[in-house]
Amino acid sequence: MSQNTSPPAATRAGLADRLPRWLVPNLTGVHLVAVFIALLLIGLLLVPVAQVMIVAFQDPATGAATLQNFVDFFRTSLFRESFWNSFYVSAMSVVVATVIALPLAYITTRFHFSGSILIQSLGFIPLIMPPFVGAVAMQLIFGRNGTVNLLLRDWFGFDIPFMEGLNGVILVQSIHYFPFILINLSASLRNIDRSMEEAAQNLGSHGLRLFRRIVFPLAMPGYIAGAALVFIKVFDDLGTPLLLNVNNMLAPQAFLRISSIGISDPMGYVISVILVVFSVLSLWASFLFMRGKDYATVQKGGGGMAKRTLKPAEKALAYATVIFILLLVLSPHIGLLLLSFGTIWSFAPLPDGYTFQNYVTMWEGSKTFIMNTVLYAGIAATLDVIIGTAIAYIVLRTQIFGRKGLDYLATAALAVPGVVLGIGYLRTFHAIDVPFTDKPMASWWVIIALALMIRRLPYALRACTAALQQVSHALEEAAESLGATKRRSIQKIVIPLMTGGILAGFVTSFATAAVELSATIMLVSSNNDAPLAYGIYLFMQTPSGRGAGAALGIVAVIVVAIGTIASQIIIERDKKLKSSGDAH
Amino acid sequence: MKKAGITIENVHLAFGDTEVLKGVNLDIQPGEFFAFLGPSGSGKSTLLRAIAGFGPTPKGRILIGDRDVVGLDPWKRNVGMVFQSYALWPHMSVRDNVAFGLKERKVPSAQIKTKVDAALELVDLAHLADRMPNQLSGGQQQRIALARTVVVEPDVLLLDEPLSNLDASLRVHMRRELLRLQRQLGLTTIFVTHDQEEANTTCDRMAVLDGGVIQQVGSPLELYDRPENLFVANFLGTANILEGKVEVDGNERRFVTNTGDQLSLPEGSTGEGGNIVLRPQNISISRTQAADSLPGTVQHSEFLGSQIRYLVSAGGTEIVVDQSHRAGHDWIETGADVHLVANTQSAVVL
Ligand SMILES: Nc1ncnc2c1ncn2[C@@H]1O[C@H](COP(=O)(O)OP(=O)(O)OP(=O)(O)O)[C@@H](O)[C@H]1O
Ligand SMILES: [Mg+2]
Repeated sequence: MSQNTSPPAATRAGLADRLPRWLVPNLTGVHLVAVFIALLLIGLLLVPVAQVMIVAFQDPATGAATLQNFVDFFRTSLFRESFWNSFYVSAMSVVVATVIALPLAYITTRFHFSGSILIQSLGFIPLIMPPFVGAVAMQLIFGRNGTVNLLLRDWFGFDIPFMEGLNGVILVQSIHYFPFILINLSASLRNIDRSMEEAAQNLGSHGLRLFRRIVFPLAMPGYIAGAALVFIKVFDDLGTPLLLNVNNMLAPQAFLRISSIGISDPMGYVISVILVVFSVLSLWASFLFMRGKDYATVQKGGGGMAKRTLKPAEKALAYATVIFILLLVLSPHIGLLLLSFGTIWSFAPLPDGYTFQNYVTMWEGSKTFIMNTVLYAGIAATLDVIIGTAIAYIVLRTQIFGRKGLDYLATAALAVPGVVLGIGYLRTFHAIDVPFTDKPMASWWVIIALALMIRRLPYALRACTAALQQVSHALEEAAESLGATKRRSIQKIVIPLMTGGILAGFVTSFATAAVELSATIMLVSSNNDAPLAYGIYLFMQTPSGRGAGAALGIVAVIVVAIGTIASQIIIERDKKLKSSGDAH
Repeated sequence: MKKAGITIENVHLAFGDTEVLKGVNLDIQPGEFFAFLGPSGSGKSTLLRAIAGFGPTPKGRILIGDRDVVGLDPWKRNVGMVFQSYALWPHMSVRDNVAFGLKERKVPSAQIKTKVDAALELVDLAHLADRMPNQLSGGQQQRIALARTVVVEPDVLLLDEPLSNLDASLRVHMRRELLRLQRQLGLTTIFVTHDQEEANTTCDRMAVLDGGVIQQVGSPLELYDRPENLFVANFLGTANILEGKVEVDGNERRFVTNTGDQLSLPEGSTGEGGNIVLRPQNISISRTQAADSLPGTVQHSEFLGSQIRYLVSAGGTEIVVDQSHRAGHDWIETGADVHLVANTQSAVVL
């Protein structure tokens, strides 16, 4: 911490020393890095988002401040409807996701149930597929002429409009996002001490009443955290409604206005403001709710969580529930797989025949997409872990003024929907040319990579922070006391020890950036620059391209799956390594 | 409030393959304040929880009043249990915590209010009714947990180390409080503890457990003065145990230690075993020899205020001797040769 020791009072003579310290910072390498990152975040996150906000409050003709755009927005019935639909779809997705997650979380945490591990791992499978990818497959299974309804009509003479209009969006989204609730709710349930339940049983309560009055309220903080996340994700999502051809929602409206009318139309910006406000509000609401409600009750003298053995009838019911839910959850994957290997699939419960042709077509038509994806996601993930490590170091190991601000700024990207960032980039960078050319930056492929970088930064930052927290400060100090400079000790000690965590952060960032659609779709200016996610979107536009689109979707799922598994393995191995290091 | 006794008949209980209770038999009288005392892992909590209906179903019979409750769901037993961690629900106010059991019993809400108020009054915390549990001190939480349990008028009250989370001075206060409450309500109460002072000062009778087996049952005084085995003798207070054998010579009975020292036993004494148990306060120490005295050397001494505790090597072992201290009384220095005289009236041969 040598840069922080103030000089002895006697030597404070010069003018510079009499100015406040922050005016004459004692700059070191770390300071320069901090300033550079701050500028980068300001330029790539703060300015574009601010730009969007400002335009929403400007008169498009004169540039004067006005609320007229918002008045116009709410005067247009299509927008009012879109607003209501977005809200309705998000809320209903939370409800349906809860119905899926609640039994799984409860059964796996409170009972001895041999399927628990299966559920805990299969439960995460939806997350490895971007929701829009599964959307088309879901049409084929649950749509009006999909497998389920064809069978229902044949056997019982009625059908269920699972996929009609908003229903389709709700079904796809809740199947995709319920793991957020499952993960958080399971963690909360696991943290409830068994004496909490036993005390209630002792006082005469049991079964559903006990669950409703004691268990669920105690698990509430975890549930709310998960539910808020689902709400925001669904509210912001562009890909799924677009692919299901549901355009009367906010995100699709913003996209359509900007892409069809142009970046001067204020409605896209008004919608962006609404999206951001809702994101921030739901994050804030969940924060408010959670405050002072840390109900983790496993405590001294308690017995931790008690698992009960199921009676045979209960067991049968539990298995039936779990199998039904897992089938539902895996249906997009099954559908996508069938579609990718199917010849023709329409008005039939299953494809007419099976072939590899789709993969051949896909490969011929999407080499560029795949190459682009590797390039963009590679750049984004590399920058993410570099910046993430730097921020983590600055926050945890230095006293630099405003270091927390850096953390908050990077994390703030969580609250910025992809559509909004895309619009912000279009607006900000259309007026700036790519260095040494006269092409606007907004249509330069690098911008896509940077957008992906900003979108994934919060996750990479969390991974890097966690990795650094595991590296004891004493190790670094030991190196310094042996004569290593700050830079050398970071290079030789800190970074090598963080490798596992950084690698895990890289892999996750890469895998999720590879299938990002909502910011990408706004920024792709030509098919040559398009990544995989956009490619899937293009393929899925035509019935004849669906097979190849599905094949590309399978590629995407495999990429993300490998990434997820790899990062898990890295984290586990790292943990083992670290703990064996501690023992000696 | 009706009083119910508890009868435990030949109860065995295992977690998987490990048997934790190995044939427990016990009779607890209605209205009695009963303690389970024993070292950690001896099965006290397991036995208590079996009475409340938690944990694996035991073999044997557990009667509350005259109803066998083995296999009965916990919520059908009307047994009140206070948990070591208190288990107050953090999302409910004090009032809601206390009212919980009454609501489960579908008591009309007007009555609930009166009963809750009375219960809070009983533990002196009526003024805290609207607080949340995390706004209470440990002792207050403890009393709320008690109020929450007694408000439903259980047939018996079970307390699992209720004082162990409190600091020492509060613990003494709370155990008196507990005793007052128990006497006032007349509830059959079982109190689990591994602190013998706690058990001695509160309970009418107690059972000492070790290794899932009841070693002895009786009043604190009986157990202290007449331990039935070495475990009980050692576990309750300090015991000096000398090895040897009993020799009978006509009417006279003597205990001859392995070192050849003789202690004559009082008339009518029983016990034929190879150990004699002597409490430190029943041995006197002197510089001069007397009849039946044991020679020894002072190894160490401690001044404890009202007493001086000597550690004397004699009879093939180290013997603890407590002498009450009076001003001007002489303090025997370390290394001195002394003679111990045991009051064998209170000795126990096992
Ligand atoms: N859920 C369980 N599964 C397996 N073994 C258990 C379980 N609960 C308790 N045991 C074992 O049963 C034995 C008795 O435990 P119990 O909790 O009754 O002891 P205790 O006398 O209450 O001890 P303490 O004074 O530490 O509370 C111990 O050996 C313990 O390891
Ligand atoms: Mg115990």
